[in-house]
Amino acid sequence: MKRNLFLLAGLIALFLLPIGQGNYFILILCSWLMFTIAAMGLNLTLGYAGQISLAQASFIGIGAYVTAIMTLAGIHWILAALASVIVCFVIGILIGFPALRVKGHFLAFVTLAFNQLVVLVARNEDWLTGGSYGKFNMPRPDFGFYHIRTNLDMYYMIVVIFVIFAVLMYGLIRSPWGRAFKALRENPIRAESLGVDTRRITLLAFAVGSASAGLAGAIMSPLVQFIEPNSFALLHSLKILLMVIVGGAGYFFGPMLGAAVVILLPEFLRFTEGYYLIIYSAMVIILMVFSPAGLMGIGEKILTKIRPNQQVRKDMEKGAQL
Amino acid sequence: MSDTVLSVRNISKSFGNIHAVRDVSFDVRKGEVLGLIGPNGSGKSTLFNCVLGQLTPNQGEVMVNGRPVSGMRSNDLNKLGVGRTFQQLSVFPQMTVLDNIILAGQEHHGTMLTRLFGKPDAGLTPEADQMIEFFKLEHLRDEMAGSLSYGQQKLLDAAMAFMAGPSLVLLDEPAGGVNLTMLGHLKERLKTYNESHNTTFVVIEHNMEFVMSLCSRIIVLAEGAIIAEGSPDEIRSNQQVIDAYLGG
Amino acid sequence: MEQFLQVLLSGLATGSIYALAAIGFTLVWQAAQTVNFAQGEFVMVPAFFVLVAMNMGMPFWLAMIIAMLVSVFLLGYLFKRAIVEPMQRQGHGNSLSLIIVTMALAILLKESVKEFYGAEAQPYPALMSSETWNIGGAIISVTDVLHLVISLGVVLLLTLFLDRTRTGRAMQATAQNPGVAEILGVDTNRMILYTFLINAALASLASFLITPVYLAKFSNGEYLGLIAFIAAIVGGFNQIRGALAGGLLIGVLDNMVATYLTAEYRAAIPLLLLIVVILFKPEGLLGTSEGRSV
Repeated sequence: MKRNLFLLAGLIALFLLPIGQGNYFILILCSWLMFTIAAMGLNLTLGYAGQISLAQASFIGIGAYVTAIMTLAGIHWILAALASVIVCFVIGILIGFPALRVKGHFLAFVTLAFNQLVVLVARNEDWLTGGSYGKFNMPRPDFGFYHIRTNLDMYYMIVVIFVIFAVLMYGLIRSPWGRAFKALRENPIRAESLGVDTRRITLLAFAVGSASAGLAGAIMSPLVQFIEPNSFALLHSLKILLMVIVGGAGYFFGPMLGAAVVILLPEFLRFTEGYYLIIYSAMVIILMVFSPAGLMGIGEKILTKIRPNQQVRKDMEKGAQL
Repeated sequence: MSDTVLSVRNISKSFGNIHAVRDVSFDVRKGEVLGLIGPNGSGKSTLFNCVLGQLTPNQGEVMVNGRPVSGMRSNDLNKLGVGRTFQQLSVFPQMTVLDNIILAGQEHHGTMLTRLFGKPDAGLTPEADQMIEFFKLEHLRDEMAGSLSYGQQKLLDAAMAFMAGPSLVLLDEPAGGVNLTMLGHLKERLKTYNESHNTTFVVIEHNMEFVMSLCSRIIVLAEGAIIAEGSPDEIRSNQQVIDAYLGG
Repeated sequence: MEQFLQVLLSGLATGSIYALAAIGFTLVWQAAQTVNFAQGEFVMVPAFFVLVAMNMGMPFWLAMIIAMLVSVFLLGYLFKRAIVEPMQRQGHGNSLSLIIVTMALAILLKESVKEFYGAEAQPYPALMSSETWNIGGAIISVTDVLHLVISLGVVLLLTLFLDRTRTGRAMQATAQNPGVAEILGVDTNRMILYTFLINAALASLASFLITPVYLAKFSNGEYLGLIAFIAAIVGGFNQIRGALAGGLLIGVLDNMVATYLTAEYRAAIPLLLLIVVILFKPEGLLGTSEGRSV
């Protein structure tokens, strides 16, 4: 049960991480876990089910706006978060429909266009979203016995949500649904001939991935207490995609690592001031040129050397159709 | 008639001016192993795809267990009790052998909800292990399917087709590319399965020896029509068949 | 009516510039299966090369020539040799990783311009006079007419090159069926390199034409890149004339919608057009389904 020990150690580390840290660093940790949730959602859609989506940030946005509007109207955060997840699940099903008709690059472009449309609506419908000024001063949740006030409180709330989310996600991936998602990625025609309703599974892959982003959005609202359309622009969808790929698509904890790299690395590169994005993007290019399977892929490469006879990852081949 | 599993009635299918299948009819009874042979371009594949519901014939009807299958999606056809194998390798390479086989059975148990909240293996591990044992793949149970040899993947493909307990299995060139030792093993397993489960097989195959020794009845197609039908021995000595193959 | 004609003409003029970027994008996609998410930045950057050269004291015309050469080297040659080629050699060139790399490249170019040149929009010299002609009440901008003439002229030349010359036909063969082209003795790798060079040249030209309209700004590429994809897809991916038609269509639509319908949602129109075309006619308005499918 070495794996359980690792998980336990990781859990303890999560609780110990913020101790003695400044407020700002705790905020970074919060946004790391928040993005991990969104990226794990995309990992389900892309890494496990093999369907590309460039709209993940727009679902964080939808979740964040729903939560903001509801909590500002005095509704409890729990209900608002639930509503965010449900709304994103339903819209996620809709965004899945194009995937039944087109694959690869075309799907990437449809989802990309969807992301842009969501940003446009957020910018133009002032009455609902506050337009370019966005929404601010969202209250932090009050659980009666525990009123969230500081960033540290917020962090522990997010850790609890994250652990519950990860357990549910793990259960999903191990369930027959998870097997059907992988089958869809590896060989949809064969899967269908074995009774898998590939249409339904495709839509669900998008719905669950989008709902995860909705949850991340529900966390973001009270966390940063200020949202505006540009926080959900295409660039952020690319960032989340990057988290999945850098971590290694299809590895359960890959997104956690990927999100850490994408969120935390800029902090470490802060001393480079304005140049950090330049250094950062150059590093991404170099990483991708040398290890397209991401960081987890590097680990696997080393393992493969020790234990040969591994297959090319099918979801990477999937990219060949892109 | 109640023991007719597959019934093909006056099927014709043409693509433009090419008449791929012309007025073909036959029945397959429960437990039969029917071989479908013919030279290249004889219409076998078109007929096969009509039976699978992938192509809608211009005329006629295909019934499986008394239900018409034209235009049916393959997952629904599978639920109706039709299993199939593919000409090309068709396993899920990044899943273990066990997971491949469980996947092949899981959609036949419970509902979407029980598959989400129930047991991760849908309670199928014992049954899957039996199937793995039947095809003698025990030593590979936890290996990734993609790391298996070609012949082993063909066995796995067949095992998946049987996992849901189908009443009819369509085998699309099962012997293609399989080496001799493995071929004997595959044939013996298919035969044993047919005898123990009384499952109906329809086999498309180029390897004559394989077809002759596996099938109880053979239909020969040429230019889209049936030119001969009978036991392997009858087919072997049929002059028309010999002509069709040797160039007519 | 006069206003309509003006809107139409300026739409066509902008559209023809979009078309240049879209055609380059299509060529690279066809020849090397590389979806260049940095295409917009490829159009943004050359204008800054011009500015740098002019700051060094060169006259405008020389600065443009230098900028074009530098762009063709950096965005054509180096892009192909240092990024795309190594990835494709490893067998990952068609994968998602290449998309990610071009996205990262877009950020790299954008941020570099921002850091090394400036975040503010920079004035940029116009290529032509800003005169107008008055034809029957309609105010016709000379710039618009010249944009249209130059862009269409270049597209025509490019088409002639691809159809009539030996090299052009070899490039087409490479794009359509690299295996067969190789057997016929075509140096496919060289042909693909040419495609990248042509793309960079087209992007530079688009840059010189469009930057006076928008001013030179590091973030110009975001919108331009998106428009180039959309024009390429809407028109039909397998052909130059598809990308041309797509570019013109979007230019006109964009202008019409902004003038007559809604300024707020003008940016939504190309996006909606993209979604509708992909869902209902994925081969594009002018495309044929025989083209290499995706």
